[in-house]
Amino acid sequence: MNLHEYQSKRIFAEAGIPVPAGKVAATEAEAVAAAGELTGPVWVVKAQIHAGGRGKAGGVKLCRSAAEVGAAARGMLGERLVTPQTGSQGLPVNEVYVEAGSAIARELYLSLLLDRERSRIAFVASAAGGMNIEEVAAHEPEKILRVDVDPAAGLQGFQCRRLAFGLGLAGPQVAQFEKIARALYCLYLEMDLSLIEINPLIVTKDGALVALDAKINVDANALFRQPALVAMRDPSQEDEMERQAAEHELNYVSLEGNIACMVNGAGLAMATMDLIKLHGGEPANFLDVGGTATADRVTAAFRLILSNARARAILVNIFGGIVRCDVIAEGIIQAVKNAGVTLPVIVRLEGTNADKARRLLAASGLAITVAKDVSDAATKAVRLARKGEKR
Amino acid sequence: MSILVNRRSRVICQGFTGRQGTFHSEQAIAYGTNLVGGVTPGRGGTMHLDLPVFDTVHEAVAKTKADVSVIYVPAPYAADAILEAADAGIRLVVCITEGIPVNDMVRVKASLAGSRSRLVGPNCPGVITPGECKVGIMPGFIHQPGRIGIISRSGTLTYEAVFQTTNVGLGQTTCVGIGGDPVRGLNFIEVLALFERDDDTAGIIMVGEIGGTDEEAAAEYIRRSVTKPVVAYIAGVTAPTGKRMGHPGAVIAGGKGTAADKYAALEEAGVRTVRSAAELGVAMKQALAAKRRRKRRR
Repeated sequence: MNLHEYQSKRIFAEAGIPVPAGKVAATEAEAVAAAGELTGPVWVVKAQIHAGGRGKAGGVKLCRSAAEVGAAARGMLGERLVTPQTGSQGLPVNEVYVEAGSAIARELYLSLLLDRERSRIAFVASAAGGMNIEEVAAHEPEKILRVDVDPAAGLQGFQCRRLAFGLGLAGPQVAQFEKIARALYCLYLEMDLSLIEINPLIVTKDGALVALDAKINVDANALFRQPALVAMRDPSQEDEMERQAAEHELNYVSLEGNIACMVNGAGLAMATMDLIKLHGGEPANFLDVGGTATADRVTAAFRLILSNARARAILVNIFGGIVRCDVIAEGIIQAVKNAGVTLPVIVRLEGTNADKARRLLAASGLAITVAKDVSDAATKAVRLARKGEKR
Repeated sequence: MSILVNRRSRVICQGFTGRQGTFHSEQAIAYGTNLVGGVTPGRGGTMHLDLPVFDTVHEAVAKTKADVSVIYVPAPYAADAILEAADAGIRLVVCITEGIPVNDMVRVKASLAGSRSRLVGPNCPGVITPGECKVGIMPGFIHQPGRIGIISRSGTLTYEAVFQTTNVGLGQTTCVGIGGDPVRGLNFIEVLALFERDDDTAGIIMVGEIGGTDEEAAAEYIRRSVTKPVVAYIAGVTAPTGKRMGHPGAVIAGGKGTAADKYAALEEAGVRTVRSAAELGVAMKQALAAKRRRKRRR
């Protein structure tokens, strides 16, 4: 789960990490009022969406008067902002964050994340802040500093100093950096975060460190013990279909193609998408109905994929282990009947009670294509989807 | 022979009396697994499925000499269950539980570094040595005792590999689901090493997916240290960047973790790769035949 910048900065401020003074605004009037309460002469208006790349997309505006702040807010609020990270539809801007401008001397990069190779939490830092860190890592890897934390010992002073001196900090900045790093590490553990990213962490002209941006991701597996963070969730920033899927405990990701798929198991669901592509088609979605799919879940899954207007064919791929194929077949029959499915449905069922399931589908009298194996299913789905496009 | 578990393994179940624990313990017993008891705190002294229930893993180990534990404990308590099993001296801990917070697993992994216990999972189907011992949620009937070792990050794709190797008549020595989480116990390399040393394993199927660089590390290990034929499939060629594909570990981030990189590394290491998950069995058969031909020529 992602947080907005203003939420992340509130968390930072409470943890003693310096951030610029700012106020969130949902209307133009609120934005103008916010500018009045913040010290000028320069303000920054920032669109609050769950994606980066806002600056180049027009989601960050530097303003020199309250009137300019109002105009910037008016231009953003109620619009959808498209950035390289949002996809073509963009994300709705329901709030803007108005901040007092900062006098920037240097821009640094600092993040905290899981180092998968070492199974530890790691700090990543760079003196090349304010830029796309992935590009820095790819082209100038020597500019990236990394330290990982022994979970038993915790973050050590020498690790903070290594980062601070590596970033070119000096004098009292080193101690200030250590204080920030320690606060971040505590937040990461206490709030069950999966990412904290500050890009840029600035050195002001007065020599102080300030988090000019703030990005926080929360480990979805830990939300059961983080009620305060759950309350910060903003469903308007989530893909509508992915949100509906989550309500039925289905794993769904929207894609751009026209062959909808319904599969049990995340790996098999990806493999099914790959097979569609391999046979010349494009998958419309990733959908994992889970290892314990029931007839009801299958019905919910069908409803979900039918709401995608791009879909021209539906491919169902189930490997019945614990879940019995005949139960799935009944779910498919029920769903096709109740939801009035008009798209071609191609089904591959294997595993527990597969024969019984195939007999049920054949006897249903419905126009369901039963494939003999998974390659056959993909081939047929691609062909039928093409036919559907021509109609 | 086989790896990790066999007919002599003495297995207990943590979360024994819960719905999942009960269902899968029944299945394991029916398969012939030597299940010797279970643990549910507060239920010690009772019987469940005709087996003794204990309050703690320590007590279960003392009374049953168990050396393997399978965990179905709900996610909020699963990290604690893993550490309890390790503390009680369990040799192999298999954690099926899905949804454990990542930071919990970071602590567990660090704690296990100094212990004799091996962890498989979490968020995995478990481990099975066909015909001998089933520790997990996999459907037993698709397996067949045989010669192929299977390692996979995905549950249902493990079943695909099993089903196909059974259909082409190769069968399996042991199948290990290492799980779909970013922080886990045994990884590809450790399991590859076990299969390489196992005399009965003639070939290895490795099923990876997007996210992380474990497949790349495995490729390097195979190049240096594995002599048996390896067939690999990587799921997620079509997965978009930055999206988590079901498994918490299946996400392409920071330009790392793409299927293309993993395929390239594996092919460079001489691994036979397949682009379709439906070709794992046939490719394994071909790889074994190619190895026999090479041997004859020598």
